[in-house]
Amino acid sequence: MIAIVDYGAGNIFSVKNALDYLALENMLTSAPKEIEAADAIILPGVGAFPAAMKKLSESGLTDVVKAEAKKKPFLGICLGMQMLFEKGYEFEECDGLGLIPGSVRKMEKPGYIIPHMGWNKLEYGVECPLLKNTGDETYVYFVHSYQAVTDDKYIAAWAEYDGKVPAMVYDGKTVFGAQFHPEKSGITGLDILKSFGGLIK
Amino acid sequence: MLAKRIIPCLDVRDGKVVKGVKFEGVRDVGDPVALAEIYNKQGADEIVFYDITASYEKRGVMLDVVSETAKRVFVPLTVGGGISTVYDIRAALRAGADKVSVNSQAVRNPQLIKHGADSFGSQCICVGIDAKKVANGKWTVYINGGRVDTGLDLIDWVKQIEQLGAGEICLNSIDADGTKEGFDLPMLRAVCGAVGIPVIASGGAGKIEDFSQVFEETGATAALAASLFHFGELTVGDVKEHCRSKGIIVR
Repeated sequence: MIAIVDYGAGNIFSVKNALDYLALENMLTSAPKEIEAADAIILPGVGAFPAAMKKLSESGLTDVVKAEAKKKPFLGICLGMQMLFEKGYEFEECDGLGLIPGSVRKMEKPGYIIPHMGWNKLEYGVECPLLKNTGDETYVYFVHSYQAVTDDKYIAAWAEYDGKVPAMVYDGKTVFGAQFHPEKSGITGLDILKSFGGLIK
Repeated sequence: MLAKRIIPCLDVRDGKVVKGVKFEGVRDVGDPVALAEIYNKQGADEIVFYDITASYEKRGVMLDVVSETAKRVFVPLTVGGGISTVYDIRAALRAGADKVSVNSQAVRNPQLIKHGADSFGSQCICVGIDAKKVANGKWTVYINGGRVDTGLDLIDWVKQIEQLGAGEICLNSIDADGTKEGFDLPMLRAVCGAVGIPVIASGGAGKIEDFSQVFEETGATAALAASLFHFGELTVGDVKEHCRSKGIIVR
């Protein structure tokens, strides 16, 4: 059972649709007990960093998410990926979940269209079990104006957009983050979610 | 680098695709969900549903189409046509759309763009524009399906749209639309030079070279076509292969 954390932010239905399509058992939940009982967790998110952290906290889920992320496969998507880091700087400085060292900063790329929106190619960094089947010449769908700033040792894939934009981060254990939307990235995205489901023991 | 996007558009009335289609293996040629799946298999980067339903009461049918498509097609989906209020935007997004395209109503009530962007994020607000040339280097914006000239200057309008928080512009040339003589390159160049948000080229595509040309000669980040794909004259895959052969980055 994969728990999709429903804290009032993000396009949770798209994530659910993709898991349903893959026949991966899942539930939308905001109950700490269900998150504790789940075999894996997905943290979706769209919107602004401080607002999402606040919603998570108001839902009483911050602590349980932090604790459970270290025990079982955990995937943050888009803003959910950015929330994995220690700090965000969207409008104001704001603490993140601190599951992966690093911060989230506004993309400053003169002459480039921001948001970074559309299909961009994955370039690979550290080995990551979610990317074991994705191969070369693989494109995924991004929509974001902020990006993670973290050590290369946590970057499993990046996209080139006036420099490296972290696309998939991984703590080497249980915590994964996708800046792109696997649920909107066609066959590649489905394959990544399938690999995530495959981590369930 | 970002890939240039190829976007097929489906015109839908009362939940059915308008105009006949000929695709192998499809029984109900009017089923927009089936057609969206075909485009998805061809490699469409996004899919646009354009609702031309006349009666307001039947608009709910479009949301069912989107919701069914979202269960089977995992690329961004856009809904356009008849989006008049923030409530309509919310309903489309809840049904599974990733973006909405607002057109006439945005001209009548520009705050719709701002309210939509503030509530749901700029990334999901695309503003569709129908524009027509009035003089060299000058175009005006039309509404109501290209029937009413508002007199609004195109360049003034796109700058205003960007200020209001739109995430994207879908620019349709009334002069080029239906001619099959290629996209309206001067108009696209003018708009791409005036704003910093992505611009989708629409109207006029008639042959495969039109797509590579619009990417080579304008700043458009995506190209949209309806009937060309709809009647099977070209597939999305054909267009991408051609663009790739010209050194254009596509997915």
